[in-house]
Amino acid sequence: MSITENQLHADPSIEAHELHPQRSAVIETEQQRDHAKTIYEKSKPGRRAFVAPELDVPKHELPAKFRRAEAPKLPEIAEPEIVRHYNRLSKRNFDLDSGFYPLGSCTMKHNPKLHERVAALPGHARLHPLTNPKRAQGALELMHSLQVALGEIAGLPHVSLQPSAGSHGELAGVLVTRAYHEDRGDFRTKILTPDTAHGTNPATVTMGGYEVVKVGTNADGGVDIEDLRAKADDQVACLMLTNPNTLGVFDANIEEIAKIVHGVGATLYYDGANLNAVMGKTRPGDMGFDIVHYNLHKTFTQPHGGGGPGAGPIAVSDRIEPYITKPQVVKLEDGTFDLDFDRPKSIGRLRGFQGNFGVFVRSYAYILSLGGDGLQEASELAVLNANYLLAKLRELGVTDLLPPAYDRLCMHEFVLSGAPMKRELGLKTLDLAKRLLDHNFHPPTVYFPLLVEEALLIEPTETETKETLDAFAEAMAEILREGAEDPEIARNAPYGTPVRRLDEAGAAKRPVIRQPL
Amino acid sequence: MSRYTSATETDRQEMLAAIGVESIDDLFADVPEGVRLGRPLDIAPGKPEQEVFARLRDLAAKNVSAEDEISFLGAGMYDHYVPALIDSILSRSEFLTPYTPYQPEISQGGLQVMFEYQTAISELTGLPVSNASVYEGPSAVAAAGWLAHTHTKKTKFLVSESLHPHSLETLATTSAGWGTTIEMLPVVNGLTQLDEVVGDDVAAIFVGQPNFHGAIEDIAALSQFKGSALLVVQADPLTLGVLRSPGEDGVDICVGEGQTLGNRLDFGGPSFGFFAASQALLRRMPGRIAGETTDVDGRRGFVLTLQTREQHIRREKATSNICTAQALNALAGVIYLSWLGREGLVELGELLVSRTHYARETLAAIDGVELWHDQPVVREFALKLSKNAHEVVEFCSARGVNPGFAFDDNGLLVAITEQRSKADIDRLAEVLKEALA
Repeated sequence: MSITENQLHADPSIEAHELHPQRSAVIETEQQRDHAKTIYEKSKPGRRAFVAPELDVPKHELPAKFRRAEAPKLPEIAEPEIVRHYNRLSKRNFDLDSGFYPLGSCTMKHNPKLHERVAALPGHARLHPLTNPKRAQGALELMHSLQVALGEIAGLPHVSLQPSAGSHGELAGVLVTRAYHEDRGDFRTKILTPDTAHGTNPATVTMGGYEVVKVGTNADGGVDIEDLRAKADDQVACLMLTNPNTLGVFDANIEEIAKIVHGVGATLYYDGANLNAVMGKTRPGDMGFDIVHYNLHKTFTQPHGGGGPGAGPIAVSDRIEPYITKPQVVKLEDGTFDLDFDRPKSIGRLRGFQGNFGVFVRSYAYILSLGGDGLQEASELAVLNANYLLAKLRELGVTDLLPPAYDRLCMHEFVLSGAPMKRELGLKTLDLAKRLLDHNFHPPTVYFPLLVEEALLIEPTETETKETLDAFAEAMAEILREGAEDPEIARNAPYGTPVRRLDEAGAAKRPVIRQPL
Repeated sequence: MSRYTSATETDRQEMLAAIGVESIDDLFADVPEGVRLGRPLDIAPGKPEQEVFARLRDLAAKNVSAEDEISFLGAGMYDHYVPALIDSILSRSEFLTPYTPYQPEISQGGLQVMFEYQTAISELTGLPVSNASVYEGPSAVAAAGWLAHTHTKKTKFLVSESLHPHSLETLATTSAGWGTTIEMLPVVNGLTQLDEVVGDDVAAIFVGQPNFHGAIEDIAALSQFKGSALLVVQADPLTLGVLRSPGEDGVDICVGEGQTLGNRLDFGGPSFGFFAASQALLRRMPGRIAGETTDVDGRRGFVLTLQTREQHIRREKATSNICTAQALNALAGVIYLSWLGREGLVELGELLVSRTHYARETLAAIDGVELWHDQPVVREFALKLSKNAHEVVEFCSARGVNPGFAFDDNGLLVAITEQRSKADIDRLAEVLKEALA
């Protein structure tokens, strides 16, 4: 049902929209403000899109005791309406191909269109994972080539592609750490994570069967060395670290940190979420890390798909190599490729088959396209863009109300604190984020990292133009100007989106997580 | 300058001036001398798009895919037809290129897809609660193990010998630090054996439906003996139009591989895992869950909900560490289920049942072929061959027919999809007869 003229005038929110017109993030037509209807609500018995192939063999029926009495209530709908339904839903999404998406820690860089084409080649897309390796040589060669390139980038030679996402790679890292220690008869109980860590780090530690011990942050935004020294003992299995960390700060004490961690016999784990800052400049292996996970969907540009798929390969040093997952792709002496299952100390497998191969195809294509020089340039420009955006925000006075958490050069991302804005304008970081939607920008990551009050974590990536960064900075400045005059505008934002602020508390209190049918 | 970045020399100079540094190198001043790479990466220089395409095309051409042979390979992933509308909808940038819907006002499309997906999985499994996807099948089984262990505080897992071996291995790997043990439940003539109530130290019982050898398990019978343990079933979702739903047979958690629902083979991934459970387990679920709500104007909308379970809020106390899952693949799943529709799901299931039984009878009539078990099957069955199964697979493959997966020296697992006609099955029989002669 579309909104009538009468409703428009009766509806105070839409009046507000009229009062504060902006280029909207998603909405283009009134039709997109229609009451949301699910595909189940468009279903009518007897409609269909599927026509079954002819039954060319004798009919066979299952024994009654196994047969389902009533078919699942899936939609009944013909192809044209399925297509329209999902196309309409797509128009209610903001996406990277449509605009700036500076979501800190997520590395929303451009997704080259070539990658979809090569991933869809039938030799990739219709290749069964249990095909005899002799008949899957192209796929194994691709995986092996990717392993070699990733190993070079990390400075750690042994790469397992199997983990399905960053958090899965973290779990692989914790499990190989456990296997490494226990193989030497060394049973440890704790893993250290800085208080700036991604939430996946402590969550992974718990799932790996270890106790989380938090390490503090020093005045420069790096690891508090004294705190680390105090907490590093022979019960510590590992320190999980992101460098540059989630504050966008490169920890200049990394050599000292590695020394302390290795001094107590623990492993040093590199959360690769921020690898996009340092390719070709420095390598985790050279910094002293034993284990690294990559987020192929971030650094090596997969379309994020609305929340996956990704892939989270790990790379390890020689001493950890015996423990990584199996099967492992190997190159044989005759130049052919195989899957090696004969790995007696391996932790085993962490999923079915060989990993998210379709993701490997795209990331390998990306590495071929950029080359070693291009990857290095990507990191340099990611850092240049972040520092420029920070400088531009300073120039426009935005940082008066939103100061950087650490007032220094940043790496590929930086953190602002909305605390002064909240104090002086009565606007929360959330309000600013919601008002950005009316300016056609995806907001930065908000309220993370946790130790910065009213945090905004901004990661522009290298694929954005200077003009886009300027426009974003102007929008931030404009929202603050507007907020100084009338903070109510941002407090009630957004206005131009398919829906406005949603009742999240109510959704959690009385969860409706499926359609009653 | 790379083709994916735009900073011209002028841009760079202006930007450096605005920052107040001389060079890009100055921006990396915090990186200590001792850890700088100091040389170019040993990776070949970048190539033009057309050359990258050619390299990937050449690699793809070295693979023998289901496009090139008559394939009966299954064992967890299956060569079903993926309808064209899935390619069309998934290629829309609005679905392809955003990330997790942290800002619901501009993510209603993705959130509603999750809600519709959860509804479809709940319908298929007969369980009230579904999340928005996990990585894939075997790791979903391990995630169910973690839920069962943390929910029941118990330390023993009972695993059917006919659970998919990848699921068993993944559970064993993942649970290394939990202080849990795994005991196997024997299988006789295809079926998991359990004839008394399990001990009160058991966290969960794991069974496949159909199981790895293709047999339909009597879940209702197994359920009677679960005691205080959680019954976890790894199901093939495409069979749930014809098989009783796990929910109606007392299953607590139903997980599985979603590839059969509109996802490509892709040499094993990306696909998606589904995770459904009873109401009592709602607040222990891993991963994203979309919920329905309203906006300030009373408009219907959807949000990520029950987020206090999740790692970004709860950190070390989260129910799981999962963050990025498989949203795009789950979208393919829900489009596929809408395409099949309520009747189509059943019709496809019935077609698979008929063709699979025809194939089993036809192949079992060959000298040197015995049934691994004689239980009813839906889409896959196991045979015992008189010759080495790996050699038989090689022999047949050289003749353009991939007869299935050699899961044992004499065991062959044969999978049927709607893309394998009677003529294909008859051709397999001919080749297999030759191989065993």
